[in-house]
Amino acid sequence: MIDTAISIRDATDGDIATIIKLDELHTGLAKPEYWRDMLQPHPGRSFLIAELTGVIVGFIVGEIRTWEFGSPPCGWVFAVNVSPDCREGGVGSSLLEAICRRFQRGGVSTVRTMVSRDDPLNLAFFRSQGLTAGPYLELEKTLDPA
Amino acid sequence: MRLQKSTLFALYAVLELAAEPGRQLSTADIAGRYNISAHHLAKVMRQLVRAGLIQSVRGVGGGYRFSGNVKRVTLWDIIEQFEPGSQQPDDDEPDTATPISLALDNVRAEIDDITRATMQSITLKSLLKFAPTK
Repeated sequence: MIDTAISIRDATDGDIATIIKLDELHTGLAKPEYWRDMLQPHPGRSFLIAELTGVIVGFIVGEIRTWEFGSPPCGWVFAVNVSPDCREGGVGSSLLEAICRRFQRGGVSTVRTMVSRDDPLNLAFFRSQGLTAGPYLELEKTLDPA
Repeated sequence: MRLQKSTLFALYAVLELAAEPGRQLSTADIAGRYNISAHHLAKVMRQLVRAGLIQSVRGVGGGYRFSGNVKRVTLWDIIEQFEPGSQQPDDDEPDTATPISLALDNVRAEIDDITRATMQSITLKSLLKFAPTK
């Protein structure tokens, strides 16, 4: 059930403090430089804010990427975050729906994200929205210090 | 992922009951719907009751009903009741520790980790939401 009182708008520079705080609440790490950079205008990028009665309760950021990893144009969700007090009220769903509409208007028909295996909250959220394993596998290795 | 028959029966039963929380179904109802052994399913149902995933309802029209939270219980919560520890070697596996067997063990552990994370991320509500309507 989507709460009709939730409004979605584009993020502005004035939202930076709340964005950093919401992210820090979930990840335990403040990343001011990263979020300032993400707020800079970038082709294909959408940074959206969810408000409930004028208060910021969540955000989502993503971007249309073309031919990265050999993939045809696709919408990537880099982060979604909802205030702990407002979870399970449709905020995350509203944000994802809104950014998917942006991606669709940008001409793509696939949305993709990457979630840590150790993050059951976000994994369960994206699953509940219909995202399933895609055609790519993420691979990595630890590098020795230079 | 290859699931034991008991695990599959348990998933059928819990999901069938969770589709309409509050509804009571008998072992025969569920076995008939999935064309599976009622005898085997009865054993599975007793284990599900012990695990607190369903509850037994006595009396006329009795049976079982779901007793968890469809937004919280995941497929893994059911699977782990019936599958032996995925990181444990099977009894019939040779007790060997060569460089090659250890490298193979690492690949198998990688797959097990992905499988577990996937099953832990799918709540009953999510699975039922995307199940085709009858």
